[in-house]
This record gives sequence, C-alpha cells and structure tokens, in this order.
Amino acid sequence: MVEFAGWHMPVQYRGVIEEHNCVRRDVGLFDVSHMGEIRVRGPKALESLEYMTTNDVARLKAGEAQYSLFPNPQGGIVDDLFVYCVKPGEDYLLCVNAANTGKDLAFVREWNKGAEVTDESAKWGQIAVQGPKALALLDRAISPEISKIPRNGFREFVFAGTLALVARTGYTGEDGAEVFVPAESAVALWRALLEEGRDLGVQPIGLGARDTLRTEMKYSLYGHEIDDTTNPYGAGLGWVVKPAQKDFLGKSAIVEGKERGLLRKLVGFRLLEKGIPRQGYSLFSFDNGEIGKVTSGTMSPSLSAPIGIAWIDAGFSGTGTEFAVDIRGRKARAVVVPTPFVTGTSLSPK
Amino acid sequence: MSYQLPEDYYYSKEHEWAQVDENIVTIGITEFAQEQLGEIVYVELPEEGAKVNQGESFGVVESVKAASDLYAPVSGTVIEVNLALGDDPSALNDDPMNDGWLIRIEMDSEKELANLVRVADYKKLIAEKK
Repeated sequence: MVEFAGWHMPVQYRGVIEEHNCVRRDVGLFDVSHMGEIRVRGPKALESLEYMTTNDVARLKAGEAQYSLFPNPQGGIVDDLFVYCVKPGEDYLLCVNAANTGKDLAFVREWNKGAEVTDESAKWGQIAVQGPKALALLDRAISPEISKIPRNGFREFVFAGTLALVARTGYTGEDGAEVFVPAESAVALWRALLEEGRDLGVQPIGLGARDTLRTEMKYSLYGHEIDDTTNPYGAGLGWVVKPAQKDFLGKSAIVEGKERGLLRKLVGFRLLEKGIPRQGYSLFSFDNGEIGKVTSGTMSPSLSAPIGIAWIDAGFSGTGTEFAVDIRGRKARAVVVPTPFVTGTSLSPK
Repeated sequence: MSYQLPEDYYYSKEHEWAQVDENIVTIGITEFAQEQLGEIVYVELPEEGAKVNQGESFGVVESVKAASDLYAPVSGTVIEVNLALGDDPSALNDDPMNDGWLIRIEMDSEKELANLVRVADYKKLIAEKK
C-alpha cells in the first residue's frame, strides 16, 4: 500500500504485469474512490462551467459526459476532468484528480458565476470496471441495460437499493465503465463484481497497472504530461478546447500559444536499446543538444518493450525521428512512434 | 512469509546479500528486496574488471514500477557477472538467493565485512520495515 493524495492505495495485488494483462484480456476492477467529485448546480451552472472549462459544455445532453480541462489565466492547465451532465443547464457532476481536489475546489469557487458548488468527494465511492469482458460483467452484476449505454454516456441504475451512476468511460484503452455509488455501498459493489465475474477472470487492479495501461494509450496524467504550464494544444488535447464556440478563462493565452507556433510537443517514443525511460530523464539530439524531458515511461507489458512519453522540441516530434535518452548517464537511442502504443484493444476503432 | 537467509551470509542494510569464500564474494539481492521491488524487467550490471566501492551503486534493477540502485556490500573488482540476467532477469524474482546472483568480486579488504550484518540483525531490520 502507498500513500496517494492522502489515501492508502494498493500499488499492486498480484503483480503489475499480471494485472495489466488481465485488463487487456479479461476484466479488472479499480478502486478509484479517491477521485474527487464536485457538484455544480443551479441556474448559473452552465454559464459557470462554460467559463471555467475548455470543452463545449452546452453541447451535453442529460446522460452525456465529456473529457475537459480547467485552464488557468496564463493558458496552462489546472487539472483535467470529466464533466457529467445530470440535467442540462443546471446540474453537473465533475470528476477530478484526487491530488488536485483541494486546488480544483478553490479554482471552481474563484471563477464561479453564481452556481451552487458542493464538494461531494467524500460522498462517492467509485469503481472502474475495465476490459473486453467489462460490459458482460456489469450487465450481469447491475443491469443488462449497461452495455447499451453509448461511449461517454452514463445512466442511473439501482444497485443493492441505492443509486449507481454508471458511465461508459475509462482510463485504460479498454471498453468498460466507471461506476459511482454512495461510499457506504462501494464495498458491497466491489464484492459483487468480484463474485459475479469469477468465471470471466476478474481481478482487482492496483495503481501500478493503472499507470502502465494508461501509458500504453498515451493518456495524460496530471503532474506528468500536463501541469500549470502546459498549452493544451502542445499536449495533443486541442480536441477538448473549443475557442470557436465560446469564451473561457485563459482562452486568448491558449490560442495565442498555438498561433505563435508550439515550441514543444508531447510525443510517444520507443527505446531502441535496453533500459527503461523514467519521468525526468533528459532527451538529447545526436549533436548533444538537450531537446526535451520524459514525462512517463515503463516497460510496456503488452509490447514487452520499453516505451515513454516526452515533451520534445517541435523539430524532433515527427514520427520516426531518432534521439537519445539519458538513462543515468548512458545515452540510449529512441525513436518517436505513433500513439496509442497499443492498438487492437476492445476500444480501438473497428 | 519466511525468507531464505543462509546463516553464513552477510547482509547489507540495502538488502543485498554477500556470500564470502576467502576473498571472493558473490553478491545478490534478498528475497525481501525482490518482494519490495515487484516484477523486475531489466537489470544493469558492471563489466568484468570494474571497481565497486562499499555502499556505492554498482548497478540498477528496474521493476515495472521504478528504478532502484544496487549497492556494493564490499569494495573490490568484478571478476564475474551473471550475464543470464541480461536476457531474462526473471531469476531475480524467482530465485534471488541462487540463480539470481548478480556479480562476483575479488574483495579488497575483509575488514569491510564488519560494516555488514548477520542473519539475526538482518531479520530485525526487515521486521521493522514490515
């Protein structure tokens, strides 16, 4: 167990690689109850969220969710989040990173334009059910209607007499859902899913595999790929920034940053030699200029090869460009590759 | 869980073991260490002839989770390296006390052994960690 944002979290149950493979092959359960939940309600809810997030909130209908960002006035990122539309215009649930919940609440309150803001983090437990067999398990354990939820949609169900919000979302690159239940029901749901999914090969999955799974998809993790200084376009998150549709905090800084030309880009790379790239390692060109830094890296369990994500000078960001990673003083060759690193998952386009 | 901890070995606070045969010392990591590291996917070892210094890093083990330094329990010159680990480091998890040995060195001075601990003290050390 490790301390994470004030929560005791398991890094692994049986082993990172076994758990990783279980999610890619069958189905895994993640206790993500540490995630923060912020409720934004009232007649000013939409207006407030439109201003304090980068994605197009007005587009959301009831039961739809979207990935988004809290921008800062300088055009950086305060946090990344999911916005769940409970009732268009007036009731939204935001799911944010545990480590940032305090900062996010202060941010939401600072830029609030008259909505009712409540910290619901302690109220909700959350279990992510991910893998090619995740929907089969959820259909069995909660309701056969779950597999009919469209991607990024969510519906309310009743589990053991209480409300369960089931969202067809995730952070692994596999199909599945994230289930919000009242904190006091989380243990019962966890046990039910383990019991019902026994013949499907379900296993509990720790933080270690959560990280290798998201790294293989090049999903950003706050504090690694993105932070207060990141321009969303450079991070490849331009698809959740909607300057043509609306005004929002930091909009001019974000757009100007893009128009000036992005100096650095977030890329995926593979190491061509032995070793593992880790966060903070420097990247060098072959004439020894420093050209970037690794943000995440691991031995990819799916590829059995070392992979990494890095911020790199734009001139080196093209697929196939080779460079060197400084691994504790040894320069190991690496190459920019297309991402996601792993394709053919249950979420990949067919 | 009980660990394989031979009585005649020396142990370091960094969880390396040292088997001493006159001035030849075989070095590895303990079962407790491999358990803490998790699945080891890569190991970086010095070459034959390299000098290692007591308490200083002589290599690195990489688990899926993190990179961890390997510290030399005594100073000396590397005379043999477990090259099998380069292709497949799984012995470090499966059998760190035997097949997963790391390097063999010619020890500079047996006086340095006084800075290591024997089984009873090493057991206390890991009991405190748990």
